[in-house]
Amino acid sequence: MTIIDRIKPDFLRSRNITTGPFRQMFNYSRIWQWAMLLTSLVTLVPLVLITAIDYNVTQQSIESENLLRTLRVGSNAKRTISSFLSERLAALTFVVRDKSHEELNDPAKLAVLLDNLRESYGGFVDLGVINSDGVQTTYVGPYSLQGKDYSDQDWCTEVQDKGFHISDVFLGFRKVPHLVIAVKHTLPDGSCYILRTALDTVRFNELLTTLELGGRGDAFLVNREGVIQTPTRYQKDIFENISYTIPEFSENTEIREDKNEQGEPVIVCSSYIPDSPYILMIIKHKNDMMQSWHQTRLKLILFLAVSISVIILVIFAFSTYLVNNMYLADERRLMILHEMEYSNKLASIGRLAAGVAHEINNPLAIINEKAGLIKDLFTYTDTYAADTRIVGLIDSVLSSVERCGIITKRLLGFARHMEVTLESISIGTVINEVLTFLNKEAEYRNISVKVDVAPNIPEFQCDRGKLQQIFLNIVNNAFSAMDVGGKLTITVHPDPPDHIVVTITDNGCGMTEEELGKIYEPFYSTKTKTGGTGLGLSITYGLVQELGGKIKVTSTKGEGTTFSIQLPLHPPQKAEK
Amino acid sequence: MSEKILLIDDEVDFLSAMSERMKARDMQVTTASSAKEGLEKVSAESFDAVILDLAMPEMDGIETLKILKEKNPDLQVILLTGHATIKQGIEAMKLGALDLLEKPADINALTAKIKTAQARKMLIVEKKNEETIRKIMATKGW
Repeated sequence: MTIIDRIKPDFLRSRNITTGPFRQMFNYSRIWQWAMLLTSLVTLVPLVLITAIDYNVTQQSIESENLLRTLRVGSNAKRTISSFLSERLAALTFVVRDKSHEELNDPAKLAVLLDNLRESYGGFVDLGVINSDGVQTTYVGPYSLQGKDYSDQDWCTEVQDKGFHISDVFLGFRKVPHLVIAVKHTLPDGSCYILRTALDTVRFNELLTTLELGGRGDAFLVNREGVIQTPTRYQKDIFENISYTIPEFSENTEIREDKNEQGEPVIVCSSYIPDSPYILMIIKHKNDMMQSWHQTRLKLILFLAVSISVIILVIFAFSTYLVNNMYLADERRLMILHEMEYSNKLASIGRLAAGVAHEINNPLAIINEKAGLIKDLFTYTDTYAADTRIVGLIDSVLSSVERCGIITKRLLGFARHMEVTLESISIGTVINEVLTFLNKEAEYRNISVKVDVAPNIPEFQCDRGKLQQIFLNIVNNAFSAMDVGGKLTITVHPDPPDHIVVTITDNGCGMTEEELGKIYEPFYSTKTKTGGTGLGLSITYGLVQELGGKIKVTSTKGEGTTFSIQLPLHPPQKAEK
Repeated sequence: MSEKILLIDDEVDFLSAMSERMKARDMQVTTASSAKEGLEKVSAESFDAVILDLAMPEMDGIETLKILKEKNPDLQVILLTGHATIKQGIEAMKLGALDLLEKPADINALTAKIKTAQARKMLIVEKKNEETIRKIMATKGW
């Protein structure tokens, strides 16, 4: 038997009886299925629904909060960078307004100025004055750029037009990235000159790298052509083109979703830095941003899974328990119905038999008397007294009448509920008494009889005569079922708390299922030819019931039959008639 | 000494056969085919025993037995019936029937019963006679 078979409830194991007088009240497996289904639906659907809603709401709120935070970081960084640049631009503007052209063209003074700017702002690498022709007239700094002609460079013309210029980042002679800021100053005489400075991008980079971005977040600058201007942590190298599309110009900080080169979803926050060629880019991995969400989601799913398992388990256990109990109650009801029907059937057959027997007894008595009279006539008349043939014939009529009389008396006995007379009996003694009647036959037919009475069987109150009749009937049947050399085993063992069971097993011819169903019916006999009345077992059945016991029979055709009689150790209370 | 008996049964066939068999066994047999007839015959003459059937039309055996015993408590009645319930049996015994036999009855068993009945009757008669003599002796002052 597998484990599934073992835990399988009874109602799933049995065949459903849906028709006939003994049909079950319900289809239990269907009830069970419906109970499981409906209870699961009404409990699980709201749970799943609420969890799904919560899932979505939480996901959306975490997502939008992440976006908002990134946006805030982006605009703050934009402001910082913008103010960094405008500070330097303002410093240069102040210088050109404060100092005269002559002072600025004095290399010694320009050097002092550069020192001052370095001290107060930091990041200034060199300082140079360029005349309106684009030639650098004065230069202080680490390179020898004195006299360099910038007139052919784009920025030079831009400064002439716009009044200032902030350049892209580029590698200078020292292979260090830096940028250039230049301002134009117009003198009262209409001529103009340009003050130009190179700034290293260290401060810049510091600004961007110290941004709190979390995970694989990245903040850097690109120019308007998409060339990376500051070192990045996870993107391409500086001066390479970024792999993202360059956003449309907008004064505000923009945020959008994109995919990186690996195809992972990312959040791209971009912001045009005003008055400069730079675009601030903040790239964040969506998965990193949603890290906390993933944890929450895991908890949520785990909670859901555990809840669903517990609910289903409880529903399963409870429905199974209830339906099984219903099923068992119904089974008991059916069993009682069966029993009632059977005893009703026996009772009505009994009444019929008694009626018939009663009616037959009178004519039988007449036959008896007439035949007796004939016999008398013959016996008392000398002429015929010697005619043994006629006397023999009459004797056989009389003996047949007697046999009929025995049958009718038995029939009446079967129907009649005789009083039970109780006395204290020892079951072993009763069985042995019965066996003494049959000893001769057993010997003659070489049948071995084994009696095994458990030692702990107490004496108990029972009707000795009825008990004897019961055993006699069954043992007699067993004897006639067995061939020469058969084996009969009688065992008695207690059936706690207050019953004993007597088992009578023979290795005789056995019975088929069909025969088994009829053995207690009156006049059902397999040995009608050898003189059986077919009343023995029906009387036995009635007797066992009168004693408050139960009789059960199992048999296999060709292998033998076992009768088990369960008897109460305490006589039953008189049932209401 | 031959026994004088009365057979009461509604089955005439049974009555005739039975009475002949009884006669063959040296008994004086009177028959009655109904309870009414039986009662009449009992009041007309005295019997050693009455064999009475239980199941009869008009008046059944128990009723008849009751009347018989009221009229003549010393009368010995043997009930002979096709089938009697326990209740009927007990009732009959309470009313003073000698015995209850089931049909078809063995003729020898029946005759034995009749002999018992006669013996009992004799005993009762003797006792009565004795008492009567004692009474007479007492009144006469012997």
